[in-house]
Amino acid sequence: MDFSINEDQAMLQDSVAKFIANDYDFDSRQASAATDVGFSRERWTEFAELGWTAVPFAEEDGGLDGGPVELMLMMEQFGKGLVVEPFLPCIILAGGVLKRLATSQQKAQWLAPLIDGSKLGALAYAEPQSRFDLANVATTATRDGDDFVLNGHKAVVLNGGNADTLIVVARTSGDVTDEHGISLFAIDADSDGIRRKAYPTGDARQAAEVYFDNVRVSAEQLLGDVDDGLPTLKAVITDGIIAIAAEAVGIMQTLNGKTLEYTKSRVQFGAPIASFQALQHRMVDMFVMYEQPRSLLLHAVMMQDEDNAEAAARAVAALKIQIGTEARKLGEEAVQLHGGMGVTWELDVAHYFKRLTMIDTLFGNADYHLDRYVLS
Amino acid sequence: MDLTFSQEELAFREKVRAFFADHYPEDIRTKMNRGIRLAKEDFVRWQKILHQHGYMAVNWPVEYGGTGWTPVQKYIFATEMAEANAPDVVPFGVNMVGPVIYSFGSEELKQRFLPDILESNVWWCQGYSEPGAGSDLASLKTLAVRDGDDYIINGTKTWTTLGQHADWIFVLARTNTDVARRQEGISFILCDMNTPGITVRPIITIEGGHEVNEVHFEDVRVPVANLVGEEGRGWTYGKVLLQHERTNIAGVARSKYRLARLKELAHKAPDGGSALIDEPSFRAKLVRTEVDLKALEFTDLRTLAAISTGKAPGPESSILKIKGTEMQQQLDTLYMEAAGYYAMPFVPDQFSLDVSADDMVVDSTEPTTALRYFNYRKASIYGGSNEIQKNIIAKHVLGL
Repeated sequence: MDFSINEDQAMLQDSVAKFIANDYDFDSRQASAATDVGFSRERWTEFAELGWTAVPFAEEDGGLDGGPVELMLMMEQFGKGLVVEPFLPCIILAGGVLKRLATSQQKAQWLAPLIDGSKLGALAYAEPQSRFDLANVATTATRDGDDFVLNGHKAVVLNGGNADTLIVVARTSGDVTDEHGISLFAIDADSDGIRRKAYPTGDARQAAEVYFDNVRVSAEQLLGDVDDGLPTLKAVITDGIIAIAAEAVGIMQTLNGKTLEYTKSRVQFGAPIASFQALQHRMVDMFVMYEQPRSLLLHAVMMQDEDNAEAAARAVAALKIQIGTEARKLGEEAVQLHGGMGVTWELDVAHYFKRLTMIDTLFGNADYHLDRYVLS
Repeated sequence: MDLTFSQEELAFREKVRAFFADHYPEDIRTKMNRGIRLAKEDFVRWQKILHQHGYMAVNWPVEYGGTGWTPVQKYIFATEMAEANAPDVVPFGVNMVGPVIYSFGSEELKQRFLPDILESNVWWCQGYSEPGAGSDLASLKTLAVRDGDDYIINGTKTWTTLGQHADWIFVLARTNTDVARRQEGISFILCDMNTPGITVRPIITIEGGHEVNEVHFEDVRVPVANLVGEEGRGWTYGKVLLQHERTNIAGVARSKYRLARLKELAHKAPDGGSALIDEPSFRAKLVRTEVDLKALEFTDLRTLAAISTGKAPGPESSILKIKGTEMQQQLDTLYMEAAGYYAMPFVPDQFSLDVSADDMVVDSTEPTTALRYFNYRKASIYGGSNEIQKNIIAKHVLGL
C-alpha cells in the first residue's frame, strides 16, 4: 500500500498548481467565461503546448501515458482555479472514446487534432428522456448501404456548441433501453442535418442541444464494433466521474480555506464570527465533508488498477454518492457562512458553489448512484 | 378541537377564489408560471387590482384601509393566492413601513404616506443592513446629524431589495452616538430617493439577477418632519417591523403549491424514460418533504389559533422562519434534482415572453430551477439569518 505519487506525477501536479496560482486569477476566468465560446482559446493553446491535453493518451498516439492518478492530480488543480477550458468534454470524454475505440487511421483524423488543440471535441450521450441512464438511447443510426443515417436529439452536450468533432452515441439495434445495440460515431459537427442550440450552463461552462436530422455518416466513422459501444461509454464516464470528483475535492479545499479566512476577518457583535462555537462546529463539519470524499477519491483511483471490475465500479459509484452529497452540502455551508456576500456574483465563493452543484448532477446525481449501488 | 372551516369561512374562500380566477391578469400569471422575473409595472398593476378589491393591506386595521380579517381569513387568502400562483405584494411599503407609520407616526405622516402605500403609487425600500452591520444590526453606523430643521445623513445601506425601483427609503440611522446601549440613539427616518447625495449601486446576485442594491448617502438632507415617532426610538420601531416581516414568513401555502406541482412532475414519465417517483431515493425525499411540510403547516396553524383567540403566539412561532426557509430550499433542491441534466442550462433570457420556440433550449421551465435554487440560498440569510434566529430562540425561548 502506497499513497505517494512518483516524481513525474509530482512534477505534473506542481506545474498545473503553479499555473493556476500564478496565471489563472478569478477575474480573467470570469472574463473568459463571459465570452461567446465561454473560455480562452489562448489558454487552451497553452494547455496543449504544456502537454496537458496529451496526458491521458498513449505514447504511440502522441500522448504522455497518464492514467487515473495523473487525471486526479490535474483536475484537483483545475478545481482550485475553477478552470473553464473544456478539458473534461474535449480530452476526457471525446478523447476517452477515441483512445479506446479508434483505429490508427481514425486516431490520426479525429484524436490528433484534439491533442494538439487545433480542434475541439464533445461527447453527445444524454437525451431528454434518458436522465442519467447511459443505456437509454433513442437517437437512431440506421444502416443505408455502406452508410449510417442518424436521427435524434442529444441533450446538454458539454462543449457541444464549440465542438468541431462530435462523438455521438446512437442506437443501431434494439429498444430504447437495451444495453446491446448502442454504437459510437465520430462526426464533423458541421455535417449536413446537424442543428445546434448552444448556451452557457449555470456553472459557466458551455453546452448545447444537438439535433440530428438524417445525418449521413460513412462506415469509417463508426468507432469500434457496431452494437457494442456501451462498455466503452461506461468506461469513459468512469474517467469523467473520477475527474469531476477530483475537481470537486480541489474546490472543497478552496472553499474551506476561503470560509475560514472570511469568518476570521468578519466582525459582528464585537468579535470575529469564527470565534462563535456554533460556527466553529459547522466549519469542523465542512472539514470532514472535504476529507471523506478525498479518501474515497484515492480509493476509487487506486481501484482502477486492480483486476476486479465489479469492485472498481462500486468504488466509483461510492465516490459519486459521497461527492454528490458532501460537496453540495459543503458549498451551501460556505455560502451560508459568508452571509449576504456568499450569494453575490462578485464573490468567487458563489461560483465555486455553483460548480459543485452541477458536479452532483453530471454523470448521475447522488440519488441515482445510491439507488443502483450493488452492496459488497 | 376542530379542523373544519365555518360556513362564513367557506363562503369567504369562494369569494377569494373567484377573485383570483377573474382578476389575476393572464400575462402576469404566464410570467409567474414560467419563472420570469416580474417588472416593476407588473407588481404595480397587480397591487392596484388587489387594492381595488380591498385585498392590498391584509394585515392593516380597518381604520387605515386594511381588511380587518381574522387570522383564519388571512390564512385562507394566502392559500388561495399561492394556489393561483399569484405574486406576493412587494412587502416594503405595505408590510414594513406602513405598520410603523400607523403605529408610531404622527397624524401628518399617516395622511401623507399611507394612501400612496395602499394605492401602490409610491415604491418603498428598506435601509437597514450595512456592510458592517448584518446579523449585528445594532452596530449600524449610518449617521443622521441634526442641522436646523433637517438631518444630514451619511452612510451606506446594503442588500436593499428592489431599491432600483424605489421612490422612498426608510432608514435606520444613528442620531445619538453618546449612548449606554448600542440599540439606543437609533432613529427611523423616511427619505425621498430623489434627494441629492443618494446613489444606488446594483449588486448582482449569484444567479445573475439584479434585485438587491447598495445605497450610499453623502450629506443627504432630510427634513426632521420625516422622522417617525420619537428620535432615538427607531430600534424599538424596527423590531415591530421585523415582527411583521416574519408574519407569513413560513410561506407554507406557497410551499404546498410547489410540492403539489413537484409531485405531478415526478409522476410523469417521458417517452422512453421512467417516472422519477419510481426512484427510491427521490421518492423518500419527497415523502420526507411532505411530512415536514405538514408539520410546519400545523405549527403555523397553532400560532394562528393562538392569535385568533387573542393570545400571544407561543414559542412554536419562533421556529417558523427557520423551518419555512428550510422547506423552501428543500423544494428548490428537489426541483433541481428532478430536472436532471436540464438543471444545467443557464438561459434566463429564454423565458422572456416574446422568445420564439426555436430559441428555447427546452420546452419547459426547468432551466429556471437551478437559478431559483441558487437565488434562494438567500432565504436562510435574509430577515435575520437562521443562525441569528437560533440565538433568539436559545435566549428568549429556552432561557439560555
